Parts: sequence; structure tokens; C-alpha cells
Amino acid sequence: MTAALEVRGLGYVLPAGRNLVENVSFTVGAGETLVLLGRSGSGKTTTLKLINRLLEPTAGEVLVAGERAAGLEPTRLRRRIGYVIQEVGLFPHFTVARNIGLVPRLERWPAERIAARVHELLTLVGLDPAAFVARYPEQLSGGQRQRVGVARALAADPPLLLLDEPFGALDPITRVELQREFRGLEGRLGKGIVFVTHDVREGLMLGTRIGLMQGGRLAFLGTPDEFRASTQPEAVAFMSAADPGPAVRG
Amino acid sequence: MGLLSFYSRNSAELLGLIWQHVYLVAVSTGAAILVGVPLGVALTRRAAWRAPVLGLANVFQTIPSLALFGFLIPVFGIGAWTAITALIVYALLPIIRNTYTGIAGVDPAVREAGRGMGMTDGELLRLVELPLAAGVILAGIRVATVVSVGVATIGAAIGAGGLGVYIFRGVATVDDTLIMAGALPAALLALGADAVLGFVERRLAWR
Repeated sequence: MTAALEVRGLGYVLPAGRNLVENVSFTVGAGETLVLLGRSGSGKTTTLKLINRLLEPTAGEVLVAGERAAGLEPTRLRRRIGYVIQEVGLFPHFTVARNIGLVPRLERWPAERIAARVHELLTLVGLDPAAFVARYPEQLSGGQRQRVGVARALAADPPLLLLDEPFGALDPITRVELQREFRGLEGRLGKGIVFVTHDVREGLMLGTRIGLMQGGRLAFLGTPDEFRASTQPEAVAFMSAADPGPAVRG
Repeated sequence: MGLLSFYSRNSAELLGLIWQHVYLVAVSTGAAILVGVPLGVALTRRAAWRAPVLGLANVFQTIPSLALFGFLIPVFGIGAWTAITALIVYALLPIIRNTYTGIAGVDPAVREAGRGMGMTDGELLRLVELPLAAGVILAGIRVATVVSVGVATIGAAIGAGGLGVYIFRGVATVDDTLIMAGALPAALLALGADAVLGFVERRLAWR
């Protein structure tokens, strides 16, 4: 079976000569979640944007469901890839239903099919369709907005989902709630998922594999258990950051 | 001589001048929208055009209107077309600038989400950027229209007609009633245009 995503020797050099991503390779199968973990500026987000060609790779190859990304029209490619960003980016002048149904509408699905899909997706992300279809983004809480953002990314049933710190801007309680639900969702969706975060706990909770990025390179790639046991210095630094240590007693 | 009795004796001429005035403003503002909005959109796509285009439009704005009419006479001769050209030049800056600022002010996250979902540039513009910028663009059109109603009175000096005819005639004969006969309807036209476009602006803005 072809992998949802295959990345081979991916690289991105700025015109000025700075190397943002260098020789990154990995494969993500259906039902798998690869967490790209790293500090700010380590190249995680750049790697995501190279996959859906919001940035054009200067080296290497990307295959989405077996098809070369470079050979597709960028807009065609992106409609096969769900994309979720931290700021969500819902269209403020569209209702929830129109936001979720946007890609199906651009793909000229019939209206009844779009409505049915919107209903199905809202249920999937834990929002009551009857209560939410007609609302506008400004009438939603942060957590509800990101649920809609995830539903929107899933609308046209893409084989691959890219998430860029989707829960990073939420309050801690909502964040944990969405992380738990997302973990339940991952298995049911059966999609290839690449999940960018700098939160090691989140990464270990949601990833089937962890890819640790450092200075634009993939410094480590393995299961969460292998990551916990790793002696790679950056992995060790992340693990110790996750451990709050003993409480200070007065 | 009172204003009302002047109007009652010259009602046909008054209506003709109002019509000429509205014609000058409507044709020039319409043309400025057709040129200015696409140009404003182009500026959001081509960073290199921004400074020269906005700079040039700014320079035009600083030319005194009577001088601009004068400069254009050798090119277009005397009459309505010279006045319309001058009015277009004045209307361009607020329309270009507001189209550009309105679109540039759209939340970058919204734009990134749209592109990331596979919207083409045209779809993003039509479905997202223009609707979200509509209020700001209309505010620019409104400013352009109101300014244009005032500047159009000077068109009478170069034979374009309009309510300026009464004003210039009144100045020449030192007749306050005649000046008022042109200035009052011109001011009312400006207020009316402002109110109508303000209403449209509130209806079209998505909030």
C-alpha cells in the first residue's frame, strides 16, 4: 500500500543562502501520526509548508498518496491535503457551515452532499450541527474555532493532514480536552498526519512516531518509547524540559 | 432678489445644471472605480509597484484643481471631457489607497488558511479578500465622490457646465444670491451622495 506521505531528501535554501531545511526524509503511513518536534526556528513549520508547497522545496521530493507533489498544480495538491494552523484562520464573513464546506464547494460538490458532509464533520469534532452551522466564527470560543478548523481541513476527505501547533493558542484546560479528543480521532480517521509542536508532552501523547528537528535537520526519528530512552542531546533536553522536577518546599 | 424667486424663474436651467453636475461626478467616479480598484488589487500582488503608483496618485492630489483643469485644456480642449479627466485624477488616490489598505488589512492567518486549503489567487480575492475589504473600499469611493462634487463646480470655468456656472456668474457680477444658487444645491448633492454611499457601505461591510 502506498504511504500517505513520503518525503525524500527535502531541502530549502533561502535565496540569500541560508539553509532552513536540510536533507529531511520520512514516511507517514495511513493511520500514522508523525510529530515534528523542535524548538522555534528548527524548521518544523518550514517542512510542513514544503509539503503543501506554500514554499517550493529547493531539494528533494514529496509524494502524497504516491503522487509526486511537484508534478501537480499547487492548488490541486493542497485540496488533497488538510491544513490546520494555530491561528485557525476561519473566514470571518462565512458561517461555520460555509467555512467547513469551502473546499467541497470549490470542487463543485452538489449542495446536499456538502450539507451532509458538514453535518457529519461537526458531529465528528464534537459540535452539535443544529446549534453551530449558522454561527459565525466570532460567536465561537477558541476551542470551538479550532474544532471547526479541523473539520474544515477534513472536508474533502484528504489522505493527508498537516497540523501546525493547532492547540498552541488554547487555554491549558481546553488544550488537554482537544488533545484527548484528537487522540481518539487519529485512529478512526485512518489518515496520514504530520503534527508540528514544540510541546514534548503533546508530541508523546499524540505521535505514533516522533521526528525531532534541530537546525533544519531531522536529528532523531523513532517511536515515543525510543524517544524517551534516547541519549541524543536535543532529545534529552526536551525530555528534561517535560519533567517539572520536585516541588519546591518553603 | 431672493433665492426662491430666482429658482422659480430659472427652474429649467437649474435642473439642467444639476444634471450636468451629477453627470460629471458619476462618469468620473465610475471610471475612477474601474481603474482604481483593479490597480489597488494589483498593488497587493506587486510590492514593487506600491511606492511609485501611490506616490504618483499623491502628487496628482496636490495639484490645485484650477491649475489641473488649465493643464488639461491643451490636451482635451474646452468642455466636459477635460473636467471629467481632471475629476478622475482626483478620485483615483482615495480609491486605489483604500483598496490596497483594505485588502492588506485582511488577517494574514485567513489568507494563509485559504491558500493552504487550495484556493487559487482569484478565488481568494473574490470570496475572501474583496468581501472583507468591501467596507474600506467603499469608504474610499465615498470620499472620492464627495470631493468630486465640490471640485466639479470648477468645471464651469472651462465650459463643462454644472452648478459652478451660477457660482462663477455670481462672482463675476458680485451677486451673492447667484453664488448661493450654485453653492447650495452643490452642497446638498455632496451630503446626499455621502448619505447614500454611507448606507451602501454599512450594508456591504460584512459586520
